[in-house]
Amino acid sequence: MKRRTLLKGSLAGSAVALAASAGLLTPSSVLSAWNKPAFAVQSVSKALTSMLGTSKLILSNEVTISGPDIAENGAVVPIKISSSLANVKSLSIVVKNNPAPLLANFKLSESTNAYAAVRIKMGKTSPVMAVAETADGLFYSEKEVKVTIGGCGG
Amino acid sequence: MAKKKIKIRATLNSGTVTVKALMSHPMETGQRKNKKTGKLIPSFHITELHCTHNDKAVLDANWGAAISKNPYMSFKFTGGAKGDTVGLSYLDNKGNKESASTKIK
Repeated sequence: MKRRTLLKGSLAGSAVALAASAGLLTPSSVLSAWNKPAFAVQSVSKALTSMLGTSKLILSNEVTISGPDIAENGAVVPIKISSSLANVKSLSIVVKNNPAPLLANFKLSESTNAYAAVRIKMGKTSPVMAVAETADGLFYSEKEVKVTIGGCGG
Repeated sequence: MAKKKIKIRATLNSGTVTVKALMSHPMETGQRKNKKTGKLIPSFHITELHCTHNDKAVLDANWGAAISKNPYMSFKFTGGAKGDTVGLSYLDNKGNKESASTKIK
């Protein structure tokens, strides 16, 4: 009896594994898994290429980044990024002078606004870029945020 | 009572749903040193987030370690109605998964 249930269980288990690998059991809509290397590299262009496939950036006044001119606390810097461009696939935040410049990437669905607000850690004064990914390329805007007390723990 | 790991709110205004979430997470970068032992505190941070509206994906985020401790996040989407469900789940680099949901008000 026990052997039968064990076999049944393992069969069911492998069926589940097969289904999962066939994509049937994944949450109906997983747009991305974690791109570890993109968040570890130290160069802006390598991080962008790793995350978005290219590092060619086009300055645009249809991409907005807002945040404080001077961050009271580098460990908690409130940043808002948005874009008025059509069909933005994703929005990313890049802090040029952070040890690992790519901080976040937000993949958007068709009904999601090109807008995100988060709080970030900055090691020192740096330009902060908002990058909007569209079918026509990467459009960006940047703003310098001065940091008096660094937020990376160094 | 255990502290909630994710607090989430979704409000509808003029056709746009604004979602605000506050998560409890140390978001260690891996660069801080333990003051007593002098050893580096290993990185421990949220890596992916998946947000849904009535089980359909609306936002998928990849985060590095430099998002602030106890992360706050806000995003917006259209096509939601009062009473619809908005869900948020996250995975961190130690394999912990947390999720929460709320109804649009």
